[in-house]
Amino acid sequence: MDSQDIYQEYIIELYKNPLNFGTIADADYSAEAFNPTCGDRIVLYLKVSGGKVTEARHSGEGCAISQASASLLTESMKGKTLEELKALTKDDVMRLIRIDLSKNPTRIRCALLPLDALMKAIGASK
Amino acid sequence: MFNVDRIREDFPILKEKVNGKPLVYLDSAATSQRPIQVIEAVSDFYLKRNANVARGLHKLGEEATRRYEEVRFKLKDFVNARSEKEIIFTKNTTEAINTVMYGWGMKNIKEGDKIVTTIMEHHSNFVPWQQLARIKKAKLELIDVDDEGKLKESELDKIKGAKLVAVSAVSNVLGTRNDVKKICRIATDAGALSLVDGAQSVPSQKTDVRDIGCDFFALSGHKMLAPFGTGALYAREEVLDKMDPMLYGSEMIRKVTIEESTWNDLPHRFEAGTPIVAETIGLGAAIDYLKKLGMDDIRKHKEEITAYALKRLGETKGVKIIGPKKASERGSLVGFELENVHPHDVAAILDDSGIAIRSGHHCAMPLHDRLKIPASSRASFHVYTKKEEIDALVAGLEKVKMVFG
Repeated sequence: MDSQDIYQEYIIELYKNPLNFGTIADADYSAEAFNPTCGDRIVLYLKVSGGKVTEARHSGEGCAISQASASLLTESMKGKTLEELKALTKDDVMRLIRIDLSKNPTRIRCALLPLDALMKAIGASK
Repeated sequence: MFNVDRIREDFPILKEKVNGKPLVYLDSAATSQRPIQVIEAVSDFYLKRNANVARGLHKLGEEATRRYEEVRFKLKDFVNARSEKEIIFTKNTTEAINTVMYGWGMKNIKEGDKIVTTIMEHHSNFVPWQQLARIKKAKLELIDVDDEGKLKESELDKIKGAKLVAVSAVSNVLGTRNDVKKICRIATDAGALSLVDGAQSVPSQKTDVRDIGCDFFALSGHKMLAPFGTGALYAREEVLDKMDPMLYGSEMIRKVTIEESTWNDLPHRFEAGTPIVAETIGLGAAIDYLKKLGMDDIRKHKEEITAYALKRLGETKGVKIIGPKKASERGSLVGFELENVHPHDVAAILDDSGIAIRSGHHCAMPLHDRLKIPASSRASFHVYTKKEEIDALVAGLEKVKMVFG
């Protein structure tokens, strides 16, 4: 692996200044996902109004990949319906973060941790 | 004389390349590498001497039994036990500790009893006691650490009234070398039994269970140059003799009828089933190897490398070292944090340069909670570690800092 391919500038930027970072006290949906191998933890919060996501946030701690993925995933969720969220796949997340992790299976788990939290929050399992 | 370049010749893997770069293996606290002498002892057994032990009357079987049992004597001498009956082979430290939890704890711990361990334990010396306390409605009390990661003297009072005290000789995260001799003496004076987790100490310093004065001592082979799947529990004969077996089956019995069974003599009563024969013979070769280098010289070398790592990492901007400041108070590892970079990313970027370190919670989640950090990075050293590898680590960390600008 060459981590230069993974640690793109926008990934580092999202790690330092994450989007939608924080909690939602009166969230309609929320759940935590934990990676026991590395200790990364992501909590996802959603507010839904008129059938659509109006606000999405994430908290917790993790590596650059899981943090960037949480930023990009929450950003993409806004305006989507629950059905659309339930249909989200691993490939969708990979398209969002735009880095090739095919040679780094352990880092794929980092990238997918926010998706795990989302699916737990809305009661869908992948 | 301790010649690291000469020693490295015995470890073929150290010539391997990782990501096109020479391997810099700084993860020996997770598992050590193995010298060719150990690898050959295992392959020689399978190639020329393979047979099951403690059963067949044929020549090969007898020879396999003899070689297997010979390792028990080697290990007995290596840890200075009184008798080979006090050495139970297990597959690792975790299994050794569970043998005590099931064989002694389930029988002797009652409702309201107190078990004492420390906040710095690896899960293998924490979860068994947490679960035993839960099952038996006993109390589990923890000795806390100070700001330097050393056990608080003032909390050793907790040992009073305990039935069992379980403590690691060296912390796998903080690196702290605990004064286990003192702790075991306090335990004995308080009428408690004592268990020492020696997983991180045995590869790095002389082990003398009689001098320590513990009732139980657990160790892993794979951190002391021996194959995976090897390890042992030392237990004082008087204690062991009153324990129940954790596993039932062959090898551990004397006589079996339809109605009942009687148990074999020590130590075989605690070793049910076909054992890990070839690898245990490899453990014997590892003990020979360590003894030839000399545990005192090994300790000296590792302390020198640890001191150098503490110095170089200490000079590196953004690095915060976890644990005691002095190498003499440490096992051969240094845990650290790099400011504003998650340990997972530190390890991944170092890996580019062929540098292998550990990152994560190191199977010590309660300790990380106590330190209020989700994870940490750890560089650890062995007989084959050289100072240039510490330099490579420091250069690698500079690269990490550049990526994270």
